[in-house]
Amino acid sequence: MKFGVVVFPGTWSDRDWGHVIKDVLCADLIYLWHKDRELHGVDCVVLPGGFSYGDYLRTGAIARFSPVMDSVAEFAARGGLVWGSCNGFQILCEAGLLPGALIRNQCLEFRCEWALVRCDQPSTPYTWRLERGQLINLPIAHGEGNYFADPDTLRQLERNGQVVFRYCDASGEPTADANPNGSMNNIAGIVNTSGNVLGMMPHPERCAEAELGGTDGLALFRSLLQAASSLTLR
Amino acid sequence: MIAQVIVVPKPVVNDPQGVTVRQGLRALGFAEVTDVRVGKYIEVTLDAASADEAYDRVEEMCRQLLANRVIEDFRFDLLPGAAEPRSRPALDRKGKRGEEPA
Repeated sequence: MKFGVVVFPGTWSDRDWGHVIKDVLCADLIYLWHKDRELHGVDCVVLPGGFSYGDYLRTGAIARFSPVMDSVAEFAARGGLVWGSCNGFQILCEAGLLPGALIRNQCLEFRCEWALVRCDQPSTPYTWRLERGQLINLPIAHGEGNYFADPDTLRQLERNGQVVFRYCDASGEPTADANPNGSMNNIAGIVNTSGNVLGMMPHPERCAEAELGGTDGLALFRSLLQAASSLTLR
Repeated sequence: MIAQVIVVPKPVVNDPQGVTVRQGLRALGFAEVTDVRVGKYIEVTLDAASADEAYDRVEEMCRQLLANRVIEDFRFDLLPGAAEPRSRPALDRKGKRGEEPA
């Protein structure tokens, strides 16, 4: 399987993703410079975390104009796997590939800590190795991860089962105390209606090796490795 | 022409910055403050044949980039020229000047 990790000016998690893909999964890796329209035949496009374009105007607002994003949108429309984490999630929302928006954390603090999230949708290429309701521990590091959507959009997300991850306490309850940023319905990650585009605030690439304090992120990578083999583009 | 664009969080969007600033103002003794919303001010200088044309173009700029309409509302004033924008009265949609400020 071949991953393409997009690098914008200001992206900072690209090498972490690259390390996990290449050295932990032993999968193929290519970095996609934001000015490059060519996706080089990748099976999955990764939009990593960071501060693309210095978060000017709004987080992710300028990155969506990079030439590579036209190709990413077209790839996603054909059913291609597009995985955005942190700033990548913000870019996906700004680009209209996912609904809603990510606004300033309710607490106004940058939150850099471990967060417990519950998998509420195991029927995606990213999560099928997880059980419904399974709790996993993932690092978060963001100042603008407060998920917002209008009431209709939120209802649709819930009705369609598009909420993939929710911040929860140790008993699996999505409480206000377990919500690090004020996200509506404790949302930590969502997919589009076809399930091929995933946006999530936590960083799975930072917990794929025991040396880094946890390996829960690996379940997502491993799900994808197996799912990609049976995926055909439209 | 100069467009003075104001972008503010929609009323339904929680604005933690506004809440924090409101608390600060009240702590300073401004007990009359009931609400604060923190937004952005963006000044766009543009060439346009008429105020109508500028109006339509700036509106489109706001819709496509300057504001994210999922979370933000926008409004703007158009001023003639490129210098000292604040000293000139705003133009209405027909390009007429409003009342001179007192």
